Amino acid sequence: MTIPADVLAPLAQPARRQPSRRNLELVLLVFAWGIGLLGCLQVSWANGEDPTSQLWIAAGVVGALALAMHAAIRWRARYADPFLLPVTTLLTTLGLVMIYRIDVAAVKRAILNGNPVPTPAAYAQLTWFAIATALFIAVLVLLRDHRLLQRYTYTCGLVGLVLLVLPLAPFIGTTVNGATLWVRIGGQSFQPAEIAKILLTIFFAGYLVEKRDSLALVRTKFLGIGLPRLKDLGPILIAWLVSLGVLIFQHDLGTSLLFFGLFVCMLYVATQRRSWLILGAILFVIGAVGAYYAFGHVRLRVTVWIDPWAYADDQGYQIVQSLFGLANGGILGAGLGQGFPNLVPFASTDFIVAALGEELGLTGLMVLLLLYAIVVERGLRAAVGVRDSFGQLLAVGLAITMALQVFVIIGGVTRLIPLTGLTTPFLSYGGSSLIANWVIVALLLRISDRARRPEAIVVSPDDAVTQVVRRP
Amino acid sequence: MSELALTLVRLGFLTLLWAFVLITVLALRRDLRQPAEARPLGRERRAAKAPRPPKPPKVARQQKVKGSKLAVVEGPLLGTIVPLGNVQITIGRAPDSTLIIDDDYASSRHARIYPSEGAWVVEDLGSTNGTWIDRTRITAPTVLPVGAPLRIGRTTLQIQK
Repeated sequence: MTIPADVLAPLAQPARRQPSRRNLELVLLVFAWGIGLLGCLQVSWANGEDPTSQLWIAAGVVGALALAMHAAIRWRARYADPFLLPVTTLLTTLGLVMIYRIDVAAVKRAILNGNPVPTPAAYAQLTWFAIATALFIAVLVLLRDHRLLQRYTYTCGLVGLVLLVLPLAPFIGTTVNGATLWVRIGGQSFQPAEIAKILLTIFFAGYLVEKRDSLALVRTKFLGIGLPRLKDLGPILIAWLVSLGVLIFQHDLGTSLLFFGLFVCMLYVATQRRSWLILGAILFVIGAVGAYYAFGHVRLRVTVWIDPWAYADDQGYQIVQSLFGLANGGILGAGLGQGFPNLVPFASTDFIVAALGEELGLTGLMVLLLLYAIVVERGLRAAVGVRDSFGQLLAVGLAITMALQVFVIIGGVTRLIPLTGLTTPFLSYGGSSLIANWVIVALLLRISDRARRPEAIVVSPDDAVTQVVRRP
Repeated sequence: MSELALTLVRLGFLTLLWAFVLITVLALRRDLRQPAEARPLGRERRAAKAPRPPKPPKVARQQKVKGSKLAVVEGPLLGTIVPLGNVQITIGRAPDSTLIIDDDYASSRHARIYPSEGAWVVEDLGSTNGTWIDRTRITAPTVLPVGAPLRIGRTTLQIQK
C-alpha cells in the first residue's frame, strides 16, 4: 500500500520557526506615539496657543514608558505577540490626549466663570500610566511562565471575591454616584473590581481546567440540546448569585454583567457545550427581569435608555448630551479641541468614548473599535496557539473580559443597551482600570510568548535510548 | 492657526489613525496565514496526554470506519482510551504524538494508525522494537482488526467498537 506524501509530511517536518517580529512592534509603537503627539499638538493649535514645554515633556515620558515596555518584552518575552503593545499603547495615548483636551476645556470654563482652575487630570493619568508600566514590566519579569498561576487558582478565587465585596466593608468602602465600587484608603481610592476581574479570570481558568470533564457530561437531551446534570449546575448558579449580589448590594450593573458573562463564556469554551450558553442566557433573563422589577436604579436605567429625551434635564442628561456630542461629530468629527466634549458629565471616565466620538467622528470611533477588536483577536490567537489548557482558557477569559467590557460601555454610551457604569479599557481616566488592563496585556503577552516560542522537538536522540526487547 | 490648516490636521489625524489600523491588519494577515497549531479545547477530554495530530490526513474520505476507540489494555497507560475519528493517530514517546507512551521499549515515533477503506491500518514508523499484532511483527501497513492485540513496547492496545 502506498501512502500519500502529505500524510507523512507533518511527521517529518522540523519545528517551524516563527519570526519574533520585535522590530515590527517597535515601528508600530513609534507610529502610535507619533499619532498621540499629533493629537496633543492639534489640541494646542485648536486652542489657539503654542504647545507648552510641559506637553513636550509629557510626550517624551509617554514615549519613554512605551520604549521601556518594549525593552522588557525584548528581554523577557522575545516571542510575544508584536501587535498587542502598539495597539494598547495607541489606545492609552488617545485616552491621554482626550483627558488633556477635557482638562483644557475645564480650565477655559473655570476662567470664564471665575472659578478656581481645576487640577489637570492628564498628569494624574500619566502618573497612573507610569505605575501601570512598572507593573507591566514586573509581571513580565517575575512571571516567567503563566502556568505558575494555576497553582494559585483557589487563592485567586478567594482574593478576587473579597476584592469584589470590599467596597461594602465599613469605613473604607465609598459610594460614588449611587454605586458602591470604590475603596478609599489614606486619601487614595481605587476600584477593587478591576483587580478582581483578573484574579477571577485566573480562578475560572484553573477551576474549569480541573472540572470541565464533569461539566461537559450530558445526561438528558431536551429539544436537541444536551442538558448538563443537575449536580453540575452548582458553579453557574453560584456565579449567578454572586453577580446578583454585586448588583443588589453595590448597585453596580456593569461589573455584575461582566462577571456573569465572563463565567458563562469561559464555561462554554471549556466544555464546548452550547447548553451552558443557553442556560446562562436564561439565568441572565431571569436576573435582568427580576432586577428590573425589584430595584429602582435598574428600572431607571432602562426607562432612560428607552426614552432619554423625556428625562433630558435630569437622569437622561448625560446620555442625551452624549448623543448630541456624537451627532455633532458626524462622520469626520469636529476635530480634536474643536468640539464640546466637556458638556457631558464624566466626560473623561464613563463617557470618554462619546468625547472621542464627537471630536474624531464616526471615522475615529470605528478606529477605536477596530483597535479593541485587534486586541481581542490577538488574545484569542494566543489561546489558539498555546498548548496547555490553563493557558488557553486564561487567554480566552482575558480577551473576553476586554470584549465584554468594551461592548457594555460603548453600547451604553451609544444607547445600544442600557447604560452601565464601566470604564472604557485603556481610554478612561482612572488608575485602577488602567493598571488592571495593562496587567491583562502583560499576561496575554506572556501566554503568546509561550504560544509562539519555537519548540525544540527532539526527534531522533530519543530512539538511541530505546531499549531493545526480545519478544516471546 | 488658520481654519484651513486645522482642517488639514484634523483629516490628517484621522488618516494616520486608519493608516495605523491598516498597517496592523496587513501585518496580521501574514500571521494568520501561517498554519495555526490549533487544537480546539476540550477535544482531548478523554486523554489529557493526547494532543491531536497537526493535520488530518487526506486518506480518510467520509467513510464509516469500523471501531470507535483505541483502548490500552495492558501496560503503564492501562485504561487510557483514545477516541477514533477519521484522522490518523500517532503513537510514540515524542511529545507531539497522539498517544504518548512513556515506555523505554517504545520509540519516539513508533507507529501510526490511520483509517483506510473502512478499516484501521497500522504502520510501523521504523521503531526499534517493532510493532506487533498479536505475535506477528508487522513489516508493512497492516489492517488492524477490531479486538486484535497491538503490542508496542510494553503496551498492548486494542481497537474497540
